[in-house]
Parts: sequence; structure tokens; C-alpha cells
Amino acid sequence: MIRTLEPLLIPVAALAFSLLLFAVFVAAAGADAIGVFESMYRGAFGTWFSWQNTLGGAAPLMLTALCTALPARIGLIVIGAEGAVVVGGVSAALTGLALQGASPSLAIPAMALAAMTAGGVWIGLAGALRHYRGVNETISSLLLNYIAIAVMSFLVFGMLRDPATLNKPSTYPIGEAFMLSPLGDTSIHGGFMLGIGACILLWLLMRHTPFGFAVDIAGGNMRAARLVGLPVGRLVVITCLLAGAAAGLAGMVEVAAVHGRANTSLNAGYGYQGILVAFLARHNPLAIIPVAILFGGISASNGLLQRDHELPDATGLVLQGIIFIVILVSEAWYGRLNELLGTKRPTA
Amino acid sequence: MSKQTKQPPLNAGRRTLIKAALAAGALSALGGLKPLWAAAKKKVTMGFIYVGSRDDYGYNQAHYEGKSALAKLDWVKAVDQENVPETIDVQKVMESMINLDGAQVIFPTSFGYFDPHILKIAPKYPKVMFLHCGGLWDASKHPKNVGSYFGYIDEPVYVAGVVAGHMSKTGKLGFIAAMAIPQVLRNINSFTLGARSVNPKITTTVVFTGGWALPVKEAEAANTLIDQGVDVLTCHVDSPKVVVETAEKRGIYSCGYHTDNSMLAPKGFLTGSQWNWGKVYQDYAEMISAGTKIPNLVRGGFKEGIVKSSPYGKAVGDKARKQADEVRGKFMNGSMVVYKGPLKDNTGRSVIAAGKEHPQTDIWLESMDWLVEGVVGSTKG
Amino acid sequence: MSDEWSAIAGVLIAVLGGAIRVGTPFLFVSLGECLTERSGRINLGLEGTLVMGAMTGYGVSYLSGSAWLGVLAAGGAGVMLGWLHALLCQQRRVNDIAVGIALMIFGTGLAFFLGKPLIQPSAPRLPALSLGAWSDNPAVRAALEINALFLIGALLAVALWWFFRYTRWGLYVRTVGESADAARALGLDVDRVRMLSTMAGGFLAGVGGSFLSLYYPGSWSEGLSSGQGLMAVALVIFARWNPIHCFFASLLFGGAAALGPALQSVGVTWGYYLFNAAPYVLTLLIMIATSSSTRVLAGMPGQLSSGK
Repeated sequence: MIRTLEPLLIPVAALAFSLLLFAVFVAAAGADAIGVFESMYRGAFGTWFSWQNTLGGAAPLMLTALCTALPARIGLIVIGAEGAVVVGGVSAALTGLALQGASPSLAIPAMALAAMTAGGVWIGLAGALRHYRGVNETISSLLLNYIAIAVMSFLVFGMLRDPATLNKPSTYPIGEAFMLSPLGDTSIHGGFMLGIGACILLWLLMRHTPFGFAVDIAGGNMRAARLVGLPVGRLVVITCLLAGAAAGLAGMVEVAAVHGRANTSLNAGYGYQGILVAFLARHNPLAIIPVAILFGGISASNGLLQRDHELPDATGLVLQGIIFIVILVSEAWYGRLNELLGTKRPTA
Repeated sequence: MSKQTKQPPLNAGRRTLIKAALAAGALSALGGLKPLWAAAKKKVTMGFIYVGSRDDYGYNQAHYEGKSALAKLDWVKAVDQENVPETIDVQKVMESMINLDGAQVIFPTSFGYFDPHILKIAPKYPKVMFLHCGGLWDASKHPKNVGSYFGYIDEPVYVAGVVAGHMSKTGKLGFIAAMAIPQVLRNINSFTLGARSVNPKITTTVVFTGGWALPVKEAEAANTLIDQGVDVLTCHVDSPKVVVETAEKRGIYSCGYHTDNSMLAPKGFLTGSQWNWGKVYQDYAEMISAGTKIPNLVRGGFKEGIVKSSPYGKAVGDKARKQADEVRGKFMNGSMVVYKGPLKDNTGRSVIAAGKEHPQTDIWLESMDWLVEGVVGSTKG
Repeated sequence: MSDEWSAIAGVLIAVLGGAIRVGTPFLFVSLGECLTERSGRINLGLEGTLVMGAMTGYGVSYLSGSAWLGVLAAGGAGVMLGWLHALLCQQRRVNDIAVGIALMIFGTGLAFFLGKPLIQPSAPRLPALSLGAWSDNPAVRAALEINALFLIGALLAVALWWFFRYTRWGLYVRTVGESADAARALGLDVDRVRMLSTMAGGFLAGVGGSFLSLYYPGSWSEGLSSGQGLMAVALVIFARWNPIHCFFASLLFGGAAALGPALQSVGVTWGYYLFNAAPYVLTLLIMIATSSSTRVLAGMPGQLSSGK
């Protein structure tokens, strides 16, 4: 009984414990811990206005978290979402510019497709290098981040620069027609639904198709997967392609829902936050949705911590670090709740 | 909400110092009138947003000091937030300051906040004023409740160039810049023109680091420029600390930027260019409280008190001081024109024809994309 | 003609000086990572350790007035983070790379949080040794203004190489790194050896951070590290887990970072954004060229999850 509840009980307990540690931390720093939590609640979930901020903030995180979560299912640790967002965003902007005058119902999907292709190739490269050349994917995807950012800066400050963007060099704008409209009369941008859709779709793929099953086998034991004749190389590369496509889409959303053009703001750290979200969700695409909303809330409330309590902006970073550490420790609790609660566990 | 009862922040000591220093300045600026008026003032809530850290010894700190100067006015409540990226985050912060703190005026201080972020949020809140630092407000395109303010910081930079021109023995100056954007290019050009007004053979070598805060790259740029014989260094990056300190360590002269850097280089500091946002923000607060219409475009240099020169370092000789003071006098009385023809850029192309003048207020100067003759460097990344 | 030659010489001297100045933090972090990885764990959190070390070193130097005390304190902060890493990794089912990412975020956040009041003040810095006094060329003299930490790091590289090769403890570390089972069969306490290696590695990374804040560029700010700690992890793979190679690889990375500004200072102004990416591209290419899917990387500890 307890075993089936574990996937819910453990993360909630871990989260509660992290918040307790965080309370001790802010109290030690001289702030009023209760007041800090009040502000966080007010800034993240207290009003419909805060909810909109939180949900809007969650949109890119869902997509970048998928970029770490999917490869993790096959045993790879990819931290290259940041670079995939950047190449995705630039590709989307270029596609939008190339299709000026076309109908938005053609151009918007084309931009999304371009971004997903670029992001997919970017992370797929890390996966292929891992499988076919034995290059460590964590390091290569990290290096690809720096390379993507440098190439984007080179393009945006150089040949792609709209001379009218004076002090913030950017590409030409894709135009109002190609922008994703917000949801209904809220201020939540269209990326939110894309994020939810991607999480559900990839959850279905991973949980209810032979492909997902094969990925899980390979992730559990690569050698066994080879022995039963699974095309491991193809699985690795396709998983990384899908992962990169999700992060690339996040780049498209940034361009088409927020900035209207590609510039250095694409490199805003969503990729790195996505790693955290993925681990917290234990690489389950469906669990990414609530976790991303939680993290959207943390970043939405970070401002109030500064303004109400004069805490430095790094407070949010400390909280994220604490949550991440406690969640990792809580991994060891799985299968042991019975033990901890005194019931006997069948000998494994 | 009584925010004043909260525990002191970690860095209370330093902030108190800054506040005390600013209080002295603010009092003298406002004169004796202030205490009489204070009681009758209408409350004003102002929100400030910085792209970097409040204490970066540079651009953001200059704004933070400006905001802190408002602490003297007990009818002003000023809230601020640091390290806000130029993404949807800044939109959220602006809305949050309006909805949760009741801000009547927002000062998003980074270039990248303007388009699309301010332009997107401003129409939703027509009663709130959005005043952007550095942006170009255009009556035909932009909402009425948006405005912009900026200082002609290149005036003290030109003066620093004059001083550098006098002090340089090698005739080579160095400029460490973040990126090739108009505000930076204008400073590089003004510095060079100032130096060349003293000695037309002087050159300025530019190194672009590619980012606003890359301390290792800035130090590397400083060292390599000094190796090439540069003997006066200045910069336009978020924090001038590394550049000025490296110059001092290597025994050459330096000119500061953004805030007063003289204590960073007791031996080699010449002068520097500083913002005086405290005055700008107090003026705005007065206008809002009194209900006067806020101008959409505020610009000013020495004359308006928005910028100033740092005090001369002890290395600066009399001749240099004299000429620099003269130039500053001409800026003060409005007779100084930095950009006048004939002027060529460093590729030999004529950028300003003979006989043509572009006074400081000319908006054309705010879209500068060339480097003046005498600059070694290129605007192409 | 002579102008061109002097420009080339200028770039070379600047790159040499830069290699030493920029390379020293790389050297310390990579030696620390090398030790940790030789024991069979990868610590991606050294970026956080580096930043934490930079902040602690600056703070302690400021408060105590002694820069060297700051260096020690930075090492101490690194030991604490290394201890935390090892402790977390000992838990069941906990992945060392994930722990590293968590500590990177935590260490950076903590350093930024506590470091706010340290951005302004001036702390005593580490002195330099003038090894170029023989030359009358100021550029050469400047390039050879060397901090003692660089020399210590160079000696340490040799010492670490000797430690792995010729000492009993070195053999323990290597055995634990090659095969935990074999080590257990020999009666070694695997967790303990790994914990000590990670703590010692953290010490070195912390010291590397103090070099940034106390010598070059020589002040504390939030932008101080642009990923040097992460790069050092790549650098260790690049150096094939050999401390002596770590030394040369650090110089190479340092020199590559100095190349962009040096070229601009002599008037080569094209493509500085691309030059800034040079170290990353270089590392990736070398990793691709020297890796292979069929055989284990030469020199790679058998227990390392990064290579399996």
C-alpha cells in the first residue's frame, strides 16, 4: 500500500523538508521566515495575477526539462538544453523572416518545425557522439551550449543584425502576425499549452508505446538491450533528437511569444533550470508539469523576496539548490518507506 | 505594509554608508526648501529594475545610488529589484510592482527592457508611467505613458579624453568595451576626439569583450593592451573595477566610469565619468507628486547636472586640468560641439561633412555605428 | 614587415602571459577533479566550489587582512562542499553527476547570497613574483609576473603524478577508481577513499577560486567565473586523467582565452565572438578525435560513470 503511494509521498516530504531547511537559512540570514513564506505564496499563487506569472514562467521550463528527462530514461545525462533553446530560437526567427508575407497558419508551424529540427540536431549530435564515438554526453552537451551562444552572438551582432536595434542588437522582427497569442484574456502566453502538450505527448510515447518500452530497457541495462537485439544506437539518437526538439521549441516560444526577434535574451538560463525540474520530476514527462509550475512559482515570487525582505536575488538560487539536494537524498528513501515505518519488507 | 520594520539586510553597513554619502549630496541639491514642503507632499511609489547586481560598482550601482537618494524624501516609497533578465521576467516584475506594490512609475534601467517588454506592458496600465533609461521614445510609435531619460555621459568622457591626451607619453590609449552598440561607440569616439584635440597623433585601441560582465576577459584585455604600449586605459563595461585596478597594478593611468573609481587606483587615476541619477529621480518624484505632466524625453549633460566628472587624480598636471576645466566650461555654457565636420571614420569614410554640426541633443548621435578616425578597432563582431 | 613581426610577437607574449594568468584556476580545479575522478567519481559541482572558494577567500582576506589565510579558507570551503558531495553520493541510487549539478547551483547561490557585502570592499591580494626581471621588455616582464600559486600548482601536478604512481595511497585511490569490488576484496574502505579524494579535490578547486578573487582578475563579483569550473571537468577528460597533462591542458585553455583580446589589441578585429568560443570548440574536437566507442578511454578510471 505504502509502496504505491511512494511516488507521491516522498517528493512531498522532500519538498516540505527543503522548505524547512530554507526557513532555517533565511532566519539565519536575519529575515523573518514566516514572512518570507507569506511573500512567496503571495508572489506565486496568492492571486490570479500571481498565478498567471507562475504559469507563464513554467512554460519554457516544461520544454527544457524534457531535454534532460528523456535522455535520462536511456541513461544519458544531457545538460545542453540552453544551447538547444538558442539554436531553436535563432532558427525560428530566421524561418519567420524568410516566410514574411505568408499566412500565419503556415508560418507558425514552420517556425516551430525549424526550431525543433535545429534543437533536435543539436542534442542528437551529443547523443550520436556518445553512442558512436564514446564522447561523454554531459560534457559535450555543455560545450555545445557555449558554442551555440557564441555562434548566436556572432550572427546577431553581425550579419543578422537589424540596424534599427540600437543598443540591444537583435535580428529583424518576425512581425506581429507571426506571434503566438496569449491564452484567452490572460497574460499567459501560448507556450504554456505547447509545454503541456509536449509533456503529455512524450509521456504517452514513453509509457504506452514499444519505443518507450525499449528506451526503458536500454536505460535499465544497455548490454541486456543489445542482447535482446534492440537497436540501441538508434534509440539513443532518437531519444536525444526528441529531447532537443522540445528545447528547440522552447526557443521558438521565446521568439514567437515574448521577444518577436532573436537576440541574446534567448540565453536566459531556462535550460539550466530545466535540469532541476527534470530531476525533481524523476524524469517522468507527466510529473514535469506540476514541478515546472512549482519552479515557475519560485521565480515569480523571487522579486517579492527582494522587495519585501531585502533579500538578495540569489535567495531563489539557494532555495533551488536546497530542493535539488534534498530530492537527490530522497531517492534513497524509495522502497524503504516500509522499513522506515516499521513494516517488514520482502527480501529482494 | 510596513517594510521598515524588517531585519537589517546583510549588507546594511555598506548601504548605510552610501546613504549617508548621498544624503549629504541630496541635501545640498535640494537646498533649504525641502523640509517646508515635505509635509504637504502627495505620496509617490516608484519601482526600479536593474539588469545586474545593485552593488556592481558600475552601471547598476549608479542607478541604485540614485534610487537610494530618494530615501531622503519621506513621501517617496521606492522599491527595487536586481538581476532581472531581459526576458518575460521583466514584464512580470513591472506588473508585480504595479499590482502588488502600487508603483505609479517604473524605471526599468537596462537597454534591453524597452522593446518589446515596456512597449508590451505600458498600454495595459495607462495610469502608470514607464520611464526607460536610454531608450528612444518616439511620439509617433510609442505609448504616451512611456518616456525615456538619459545623460550625455560622453561629455565627461570627452573631458577624460582631454586629460588622457595630456598625460599619455606613448600616444596610445586603450578602451575596453562590452559590445559595439551606439552608446558604447559614442563614448569611444568622444574619448578619442577629446584626446586628439590635445594631440592629433593619438590613437585609441579598442577591445570588445563581448559581454557586460566578464572580469577575466576584461583583465586579459587590459594586460594585452598595456603590453602593446597603451598607457591610459578606460572602459565601458558594467563594472570598471577590474580594468581600473589592473591599470593601477601595471603602473599606468586610468579613467573611471559609471561611479567614482578614484579609490581603486590612488596613484594612476586621472578622472572619470559619473552618472548623477539621484537628481534625475528626485526631479521625477517632484513632478509626479505635484501632478505635472512628465516629459517623454529627458536628456542632459553637465549643464543639467545629470553627469559629472570624477575629481582629478593627483597625477594630473596643471596644463591638463586647465584645458579640461575649459572644455567642461564650454559644455556648461552650451558652446561645445563634439561632433562636427569634417569628420572621418576609421575606414576613411566621411561621416560628417565639413561645416555640419551635430550638437549633443541631436538624436542622430544616438544611432552611431562607426568609429572615428584614430580608433583601432571595428564595429563588426 | 617589422610591424607585423612585432604584432605577432606581441600576440604570442600576451597568449603566454594569459596562459599562465588565466590557466592557473583551470590548473587547480582540474587537478582536484583529476584526483576525484581517479577515485571513481565525477564532481560536476566544482563550478560551485570555485565560486564559493572565490567568495570565501576574498571575504576572509578582507576580514583577516591576510590573503594567504583567505586561500586556506577557500580551500576549507571546498573541503566542506566536497564532503557534502561524497556524503550524498554514498546514498543508494544517487547519481554523482546529478549531485554535482545540485552542488553547483547550491554553491553558486550561497556564494552570491553571502558575497553581496564583499563586492565593494578592497581585500589584500596575493603578491606576484617578478620572474621576468632579466628582460628589459615590459611585455615580457608583465607576462612573467607570476603568482606563487601557479608555481605551487605546477609542483602539485608533478606531486600528484608521483602520488598516483609511487605511493601506497595513490594505489588505493587508483584501485578504488578502477574496480570497487577489487578494492573491497583487498579490504579497502571504498566510500572512505572516495570521500577523502573528493574532499581533497574540493580543497584544490576552492584554492583555484581564491586565485580568481585574490590575484587575477583580483576582486569578487558575481560574474567572476564564466564556467571555469565546468570547463575544468572537460579538461580532465582532455588530459586523460594524467596530472602532468592537466598542467599543459590548463595552459592551453588559458592561452586560448587570451587569444581573442590579444588579437584585437594588435588590430585583428574580426570574429571575436567566435574566438571566445575557441576553447570549447577545441575541447569538443579533441574529445571526438580521441574517444572511441569500442575501447575504454586510455587512462579512464573503470568506475567512472562518465565513460561507461
